[in-house]
Amino acid sequence: MPIKSLDELKKIREEQQNKVNLRESGNLKDDTVEVMIGLATCGIAAGARETLNAIMDEINQQGLKNVRIVRVGCMGYCHSEPVVQVNAPEMEPVLYGNVSEEKGREIVRKHIMKKELLEDSVLIKSFNKA
Amino acid sequence: MSTYNSHILVCGGTGCVSLESQQLLDNLKAIVEEKGYGKETQVVRTGCFGFCGEGPIVKILPDNTVYVRVKPEDAREVVEEHIVKGRQVDRLLYKGEGDTAQNDRDMEFYKKQYRIALRNCGMIDPEDISEYIGFRGYEALGKALAEMTPEQVCATIKESGLRGRGGGGFPTGLKWDITRKVPGTEKYIICNADEGDPGAFMDRSILEGDPHSVLEAMAIGGYAIGANHGIIYIRAEYPLAIKRLQIAMNQAREFGLLGKDLFGSGFDFDIQIKLGAGAFVCGEETALIHSVEGKRGEPTRKPPFPSESGYREKPTCVNNVETYANIPPILLNGASWFNSIGTATSKGTKVFALAGKVNNVGLVEVPMGTTLREIIFDIGGGIRDGKKFKAVQTGGPSGGVITEADLDTPIDYESLKSIGSMMGSGGMIVMDEDNCMVDISKFYLEFTQDESCGKCTPCRVGTRRMFEILERITNGEGMEDDLHNLEQLARMIKDTALCGLGQTAPNPVLSTMKYFGHEYEAHIRDQHCATGSCKGLAKYFIVAEKCVGCTACARVCPVKCIEGKVKDAHVIDQSKCIKCGACFTACKFSAVIKP
Repeated sequence: MPIKSLDELKKIREEQQNKVNLRESGNLKDDTVEVMIGLATCGIAAGARETLNAIMDEINQQGLKNVRIVRVGCMGYCHSEPVVQVNAPEMEPVLYGNVSEEKGREIVRKHIMKKELLEDSVLIKSFNKA
Repeated sequence: MSTYNSHILVCGGTGCVSLESQQLLDNLKAIVEEKGYGKETQVVRTGCFGFCGEGPIVKILPDNTVYVRVKPEDAREVVEEHIVKGRQVDRLLYKGEGDTAQNDRDMEFYKKQYRIALRNCGMIDPEDISEYIGFRGYEALGKALAEMTPEQVCATIKESGLRGRGGGGFPTGLKWDITRKVPGTEKYIICNADEGDPGAFMDRSILEGDPHSVLEAMAIGGYAIGANHGIIYIRAEYPLAIKRLQIAMNQAREFGLLGKDLFGSGFDFDIQIKLGAGAFVCGEETALIHSVEGKRGEPTRKPPFPSESGYREKPTCVNNVETYANIPPILLNGASWFNSIGTATSKGTKVFALAGKVNNVGLVEVPMGTTLREIIFDIGGGIRDGKKFKAVQTGGPSGGVITEADLDTPIDYESLKSIGSMMGSGGMIVMDEDNCMVDISKFYLEFTQDESCGKCTPCRVGTRRMFEILERITNGEGMEDDLHNLEQLARMIKDTALCGLGQTAPNPVLSTMKYFGHEYEAHIRDQHCATGSCKGLAKYFIVAEKCVGCTACARVCPVKCIEGKVKDAHVIDQSKCIKCGACFTACKFSAVIKP
């Protein structure tokens, strides 16, 4: 299918957008939010892969560009898997437990986008006071 | 379409492919499938990451983890640990000076780099046009055709300050504008991919890692100068680059980005590939054009310049691969963006192929104005094995050596010329205390006298005579007036040779004579080569006091010229010695000394 205008080119480009965001996420900027998801055996057994996919999907749906997802190993909270930690700029890192797919989407919409904590799911609020 | 949550990027550049990265890629794909992650994890072959010294390189996104020296058999561990369990494979991380770097931001190698020409290398799959389009590919061409006149395209490139990256440094926008203004309906635009400098591989890497950027830029150039036909002149020694170019051209035609009526603008443009036999002189534009025409690859006098009478005696514009790779970002981001990078006279960035006695061998792209010290010691990680830096050669056989004293010079076209070297295409060969400078200049002269096309006498005969003198000096048969003769010959060749090859061929000799004159003198007067590189001068001795009589040297000597009893000091018979240095390497007591 030959491309006959800039708009047609842009359409193809948009189809590739998810891929581009993921690749470019390597280039951290200052306002980048880091989302760490425990993907050890315990996490996967509890559904961390589904949570990961849901979070990524939500990020793409919301069109967020400043989020970097890092898959990490076991954080030691196997009883509360899937575990998700959010490091947002100017906020203390927060650790959430029992993050289902829906909770994952909520984290994106509330914590990342509005800087509101999901109080019910918080495992650790401040790493300094632990 | 499946949504991938992670990508495994595997380097598919020639350097890494020769280290079995293709097998690694296949293994990764198979194991990802086997583990049931095929819908979540995409394995992508990309172009060169530039960190060739530590290849094959694997990068995992979004974590941004960089693994180095990954072997095909490591694939299972990478997938099972990193992808399935989310644990980094520590033993495959890059261990530089001091700390282990997890990702590219921590690596000194990438910190000072700024990638424009290499922007997509190591980022996209070069054999998939949709990935290129995803990264704003062909948007610059669309923009040029839809919103700009050819005059405006030329003006933008002129304003950006982009200069030819092949070495000459002629302003690209001006070249386009001159060719545009020459009347005629039949014009040609040529891509010079005849990368001939020993040690340079930036053009190959761009073509292998991001072929579409060159195709797009050629179409833009074609539109700007009024050419409907593009030719890529590439040496047949680059099979992978040729293959990827062909794939890219076919895909571009399918998408209507090459061929008739691009973007509905009425502008037709197509490209053909012309293979060269790999002659150094064919990097010179007039020789290149003759070779494309099927004639002998010999230069002709300029003027007339190719912009007036080039391929088939029609107006022709020849630009280098790296120059083209800079074009699309300039049109997308504007001339003032490009203009803001670099020094007063040289804008943008330059890619260098870092090679020789440096820790991080590879491809680096830095803003103009970066110092050589930053490139060699910060990005390159310093000299191998803790040896002492001696000199760096830039500009290949046309350039000169740069010593410690000039390491803090900010790099641009003019500054390098002022310290007796040149930008060249970007080869950068680092030499340490073990390199003999006479031997180095002999190496370059051997190259140029071999590559001389033979058309003009100064180059054909002159470089040969210079090589003979150098050969004599390194064999210990140097004469007192050799230095004088070398210099006179050099100046004469520079002044009278027909093309750039001959005019610059004496540069390595002149610059080593200037900075390392004492080495030449030592070779001639004292028959002494301090580094032991010149076999004709080398003399190996055994220090009797240090020798414990272990017989290690006598056992490795291939010509059995070392005599001595066990536990007695050994002696080398100089008349039989072939100066192979095996005894020097074998001795554990530093009793054998060279030269």
